[in-house]
Amino acid sequence: MTPRGVVGAVRRRARLVALVLALVVAGAFLLALSVGTAFVSVPDVLSTLAGQGSDDTNYIVLDRRLPRALTAVGVGIGFGLSGAILQSLLGNPLASPDVIGISAGAGTGAVVAIVVFGLSGPGVAGAALAGALGTALAMYLLAWRDGVTGYRLVLVGIGLAAILLSVTSYLMTRSQVTSAQSALVWLTGSLNNSAWAKLTPLAVALAVLAPLTVAGSRALDLIGFGDDTASGLGVPVRRARFGLLLCAVALAGTATAAAGPIAFVALLAAPIGRRLAGGGGPALLASALVGAAIVVLADVAAQHTPGLPQVPVGVLTGAIGAPYLLVLLARTNRGGHGG
Amino acid sequence: MTETHTLTATGLRLAYDGRDVVADLTLAVPPGRVTMIVGPNACGKSTLLRGLARLLAPAAGVVELDGRDIHTLSGRAVATVLGILPQTPTAPEGITAADLVGRGRYPHQGWFRRWTAGDQDAVTEAMRATDTLDLAARPVAELSGGQRQRVWIAMALAQRTDLLLLDEPTTYLDVAHQVEVLDLLLDLNQSTGTTVVVVLHDLNLACRYADHLIAMRDGAILAQGPPGEVVTAEVIERVFGLACRIIPDPLSATPMVVPVGRHRMEHMS
Repeated sequence: MTPRGVVGAVRRRARLVALVLALVVAGAFLLALSVGTAFVSVPDVLSTLAGQGSDDTNYIVLDRRLPRALTAVGVGIGFGLSGAILQSLLGNPLASPDVIGISAGAGTGAVVAIVVFGLSGPGVAGAALAGALGTALAMYLLAWRDGVTGYRLVLVGIGLAAILLSVTSYLMTRSQVTSAQSALVWLTGSLNNSAWAKLTPLAVALAVLAPLTVAGSRALDLIGFGDDTASGLGVPVRRARFGLLLCAVALAGTATAAAGPIAFVALLAAPIGRRLAGGGGPALLASALVGAAIVVLADVAAQHTPGLPQVPVGVLTGAIGAPYLLVLLARTNRGGHGG
Repeated sequence: MTETHTLTATGLRLAYDGRDVVADLTLAVPPGRVTMIVGPNACGKSTLLRGLARLLAPAAGVVELDGRDIHTLSGRAVATVLGILPQTPTAPEGITAADLVGRGRYPHQGWFRRWTAGDQDAVTEAMRATDTLDLAARPVAELSGGQRQRVWIAMALAQRTDLLLLDEPTTYLDVAHQVEVLDLLLDLNQSTGTTVVVVLHDLNLACRYADHLIAMRDGAILAQGPPGEVVTAEVIERVFGLACRIIPDPLSATPMVVPVGRHRMEHMS
């Protein structure tokens, strides 16, 4: 095959994968609006979305299920993008916000808000976002030595995550039972409290952060070839790395603020997206769509699997993600690149 | 590629972690020629190349591209004129050779002007020159060391710069592939007038292929000029701390360094 054919084939494949994934997300979205205690058929869901529903379907679909499904999509996009940025930027499949302490920082922030200050709602979300950003800043400063390399940042992040988890556990043991319970639900990652009001900040954050990420995507792609190669091709590596890191943290932080640290979505979505899209790039679009599909489908499964009790969505993604993390750890160590 | 670009260093000091690696170095890269930098391990030759390529900011002194401080120019502006192939670069998992070479077109692409016929031509041409067209669809990770190195060089060629800097492009290659890579660089220099600067480990190959040889030790240039004038037993002794004899290369008549060791000296008179 000629170089032209190869480059063209890679592009065509990426487009096709994005299209198929978008259809999967759309299908999962309709499923989430359709199933539940009261089943609404897909044609009824569509007509309700088009503004021609009955009072019943308006209530079930528009008031109850739509905010939850939209939150799931937004949270999935946020985690998927965040994982894809961090993994490409730091050149390490372990570099996902839930492994390197960003989610743990958000969790600690939220638990402080719930347990110490007795906050709920937007206060908790804000504290989670602040926790994520604070953790990232600490990580950046601790890992800084004449610039920041991926490997050191990952190790510092894993260490910080351990510290933050113990802080969270300590706060939980010192708290009242009721606040501990609400903190625990939040820490597990749940879409149960989704509402239109909570959706707005998530949507605004995504509307700002997604275009910024797209703007940095070519720099991100080239940083994957090493700092010197990227610099030599004219990428302002230090500035691009800082900006992209900030985007990734803010994406993970807002997603966590909206629904808690839904475990391992960021860790899983990006490698699946990259594998599907091929071509060796960061596969941002594919990762975002895979993230959305995972969260929507996992939430449907966590709520409505016959014969199983309803669980928070984070329990399900955690059950899927933990074995993958183990495989990843075993494999990276065998490969000798550490991890 | 008609205009000739100049690359100079004046009073250049380069440091890592506050430790000087290159101290007060002044150098003018001969335009349109092949320059090779040799010297013992840790003599600062790779650091010098990184400094010349704008990858490392000087602690003192200045690197000038066409008479302008290279650090006042934008990275992209530099990248359209000067290409650098770093030592042992890394390729992301799953990338094909053609895609890798295509990344070399980045400095020529803007926000909206993305992939054009001109880019295609540059990639095809670079892969033809490096004899890697057959590898286009292969994942880089599956290539042999020699193939991979040629693909990386193709990426640097696809950048179509008038100045090309390469840091030990023959490391990990067997001797046949080393010669092949250096032949390729000379072809490029002779067909397009590209200024080539190479950090090279192999002294004899450097003598054979360089128009201009720079010998470094402890962050300073000890000697420079045409290999035939520069390379003497005294210079090699001073640069590498190696006793040697210099004989003419039987094919090119360029100097050939024969080391004097402590063993197998039966014919030594």
